[in-house]
Amino acid sequence: MENLLNIFVKSIFIDNMIFAYFLGMCSYLAVSKTVKTSMGLGIAVTFVLVITVPVNFLLEQYILKKGALAWLNESFATLDLSFLSFIMFIAVIASIVQLVEMVIEKSSPALYNSLGIFLPLIAVNCAILGASLFMQEREYENIAEATVFGLGSGIGWWLAIVALAAIREKMRYSNVPAPLRGLGITFILTGLMGIAFMSFLGITL
Amino acid sequence: MEKVEKEPLWTAKNKKLLTNPLGMDNPITVQVLGICSALAVTVKMKPAIVMAISVTVVVALSNLIIALMRKSIPGRIRIIVQLVVIATLVIMVDQFLKAFAFDVSKQLSVFVGLIITNCIIMGRLEAFAMANKPWPSFLDGIGNGAGYGLILIIVSFFREFLGSGSIMGYPVMEKLGVYKFGYEDNGMMILPPMALITVGLIIWVQRARNKSLIENK
Repeated sequence: MENLLNIFVKSIFIDNMIFAYFLGMCSYLAVSKTVKTSMGLGIAVTFVLVITVPVNFLLEQYILKKGALAWLNESFATLDLSFLSFIMFIAVIASIVQLVEMVIEKSSPALYNSLGIFLPLIAVNCAILGASLFMQEREYENIAEATVFGLGSGIGWWLAIVALAAIREKMRYSNVPAPLRGLGITFILTGLMGIAFMSFLGITL
Repeated sequence: MEKVEKEPLWTAKNKKLLTNPLGMDNPITVQVLGICSALAVTVKMKPAIVMAISVTVVVALSNLIIALMRKSIPGRIRIIVQLVVIATLVIMVDQFLKAFAFDVSKQLSVFVGLIITNCIIMGRLEAFAMANKPWPSFLDGIGNGAGYGLILIIVSFFREFLGSGSIMGYPVMEKLGVYKFGYEDNGMMILPPMALITVGLIIWVQRARNKSLIENK
């Protein structure tokens, strides 16, 4: 339990997807103009991460890892399919995003209307694939750890984009030097927010 | 059948495809594509250069392949077709790096895999290769890869020079002997947030020199 809590806090604050690894920057910069839309995208990213990371974890454990196919047949015990992981992960992500989109559309039209436009974007969001690759690299031990990691990374991303959107809304009233307007100042802002987030470094539970 | 036009390989338009992304139409600072991986690999110059070359190869080849297939891809499933082409190329690059440059491949860790979702590649496929012939698409890929690489190299030069006092791993500051006078490396430059601020400053310089790029509020 303690271990799970540790992974959760670590993935939100210390290994924050945006501030520590710059994942999902493209949509982060493009969609963070208002708090409302960035809320929607943040929720969608968290939602997709919570589903894709555990699914990819199972895929990694039972199909891709070296010797993972031993459950099928003893003679597969030496097989190592990990070179296929990129293409498998991205296929899983793209199809799950499609699936999630269809389920939401049928079950909750209101949610679909607010998330709908963002869902196709998410398939090519680096944060989603990044989380699966980090899950593979860090060798989480069981599916609970992988799920908690997915949830934490999603919440961290959500937090970052909403915070940036809130600052950008306020910035409309300030006098930014002309060449820095828009993209430039957003980069510097994110950098400063990243420095603030670095104060969480070294926290362990 | 499409009418085959004879066109010289190096028309002025084709040359523009190569040079535009280096400045006026830079993928990172103007089109805002592919920032995800650009910042994380710029602590040292060597991984940055390897990354730049990998991305250029993938962008150019996937542009070429998609441009060749562009008429036979159904519109509804084009994203997944593009992803499969890109993922295959990235796997090849990844295996190549693991075999011939293992250290760098370890340093780049997940970011080689993340070339798949690099927005430059999807962006150029959607915006250019789906509507143009193979040769211009290939040039467009090379140009955009080079524009991306240029920013990567500039950022990593400053971060390595100021942060670790070396260039391409060669300890310049130590050889100059400035440590004796109390100079110290700026450890801040190695930390992730400084990559963002460095790119922000590059954008500032570029837009100050080129007023047409300035955004309206």
